[in-house]
Amino acid sequence: MDMMLLEIGLGHYLTLAAILFTLGIFGIFLNRKNVIIILMCIELMLLAVNINFVAFSAHMGDMVGQVFALFVLTVAAAEAAIGLAILVVLFRTRGSIAVEDISTMKG
Amino acid sequence: MSEFNPISLAPILPELFMAVAGMVLLVAGVFRGNEGTRFITWATIAVVVMAAFVLAGELPTGKPVLNGMFVLDSFAYYMKYLVITGLVISLMLSIQYLDQEKMAKFEYPLIVLFAGIGMMLMISANDMLSLYMGLELQSLSLYILAAIRRNHVRSAEAGMKYFVLGAISSGILLFGISLIYGYTGSTNFELIASSLAKDVSIGAVLGFVFVLAGLSFKISAVPFHMWTPDVYEGAPTSVTAFFAIVPKIAALALIVRVLFVPFVALHEQWFQMIWFLSFASMMVGAFAALRQENIKRLMAYSSIGNMGYVLIGIVAGGDAGISSMLIYLTIYMVMTAGVFGIILCMRLEGVSVNSISDLAGLSQHRPFLAYSMAILMFSMSGIPPMAGFFGKFMIFQAAIESGLYTLAVLGVLSSVVAAYYYLRIIKTMFFDTPAEKFDTNIEFSRRLVILLSVLLTLGFVLYPSLLIETAEVAVGSLFDF
Repeated sequence: MDMMLLEIGLGHYLTLAAILFTLGIFGIFLNRKNVIIILMCIELMLLAVNINFVAFSAHMGDMVGQVFALFVLTVAAAEAAIGLAILVVLFRTRGSIAVEDISTMKG
Repeated sequence: MSEFNPISLAPILPELFMAVAGMVLLVAGVFRGNEGTRFITWATIAVVVMAAFVLAGELPTGKPVLNGMFVLDSFAYYMKYLVITGLVISLMLSIQYLDQEKMAKFEYPLIVLFAGIGMMLMISANDMLSLYMGLELQSLSLYILAAIRRNHVRSAEAGMKYFVLGAISSGILLFGISLIYGYTGSTNFELIASSLAKDVSIGAVLGFVFVLAGLSFKISAVPFHMWTPDVYEGAPTSVTAFFAIVPKIAALALIVRVLFVPFVALHEQWFQMIWFLSFASMMVGAFAALRQENIKRLMAYSSIGNMGYVLIGIVAGGDAGISSMLIYLTIYMVMTAGVFGIILCMRLEGVSVNSISDLAGLSQHRPFLAYSMAILMFSMSGIPPMAGFFGKFMIFQAAIESGLYTLAVLGVLSSVVAAYYYLRIIKTMFFDTPAEKFDTNIEFSRRLVILLSVLLTLGFVLYPSLLIETAEVAVGSLFDF
């Protein structure tokens, strides 16, 4: 009986992924301090998606999900590289990476 | 597992050609350095034109290849030609600007080329995986382009904003894809369609909403439009021209395919969502543009509004709706190319200016620019006999035929509001006291783009059947099965 309660099923993985994904989105919109935190939140969202893919893939016994997760990992790395590059450019021109400083343009 | 057969690669040849040529040019660029930018740009244009010929050699069979990842049907064929034309136009527009602004880097045309490959892959995507990879290739290139002017605060800021919001939208899209994969058991468009035809689960609908939200970011439909004005204003003008002309074509092609192939069973659900996106985009596009002083920002809101009209065509659906959407999109692309050609000519003593008041009295010292702009603005506001009128007319006709009276009426009303800010530009150019004279040196390629755009806008009325029939043939492939 105790063993049954402890078993981790598809639902648990999906819940975990959903929580991580929501944390990622909220992190982006509530964070008022630092652009690097935004980049971390984006990573968090993509990793949540990967948990989803792998969980579904294992549940259905279908490999496509795991292949997809590998592609997402690769793209996430490229995305992080570009994000950090733009961050460096931003820091050089403005001398700051605080979120509230990114506001020359409004309207 | 099927045996590998090189002939099955035939439909993807244009993209392969562009990718290989892009890498060769990258190496050539490294050897020649930034002095070779002009050469690399013309070479990139030549590559894109050659890709068009390679594409002409393919038959739009509509048969999926590469394990169902990639499909070249007549719809994709039409959209790819639009993208190729847009790429050539935006590269031609940027040549002189790059020199003038001292931002001539040989990577610039090549990143445009890679973005173009991404767009062509998106248009042909027949699987969530190829959709995602194409979309990311395009988006990552666009982030770099927005921030390419590294010593400029606004460009860096535009790049950052675009990157963050684009990455969120990709994340949302992916989350949706993962749910759809879980609840339908596949990422292939046809298999998703057949699974949804049997049974629609709530998880799949949720996933679909996420996917649609992610894709709406890419076409900047309201309420996912926040990035557009800032990115358009902050990015270098030649990049803004590129953003306005090309990427939306690919994203719309993707939306149409996603709505009508895998999710056709969810028509009831997406009908309402697209209806709202269309309505909200038209309204924001019309009203928010009224108080803009910067012409690039104005064009951003104008493009948001125009996406609203395009979405009416998708809501109307069927052959008539989608073909009217294609016609509208084509005409819009031609007009925007001309408008940005003129915006790129707004320079005072070697410095580029973007505010509408700088155009004052343009008709007196630069009549060619002023009359071209006037014709394009009349066309944008939908005044007959310019091409823009026919585009709007066919969209609204398709809407009325499928009983969307409310949306059609709202569309006409918002286009009346939008006419105000288009006509205000004409008023500024012809009736205000002249401002300073713009610089005169305009390169041949930019003149050519402006002239062609104006001639096509004016000449559409003479031979409209050419475009209309092509669009109808293109749409045929979407509703075959």
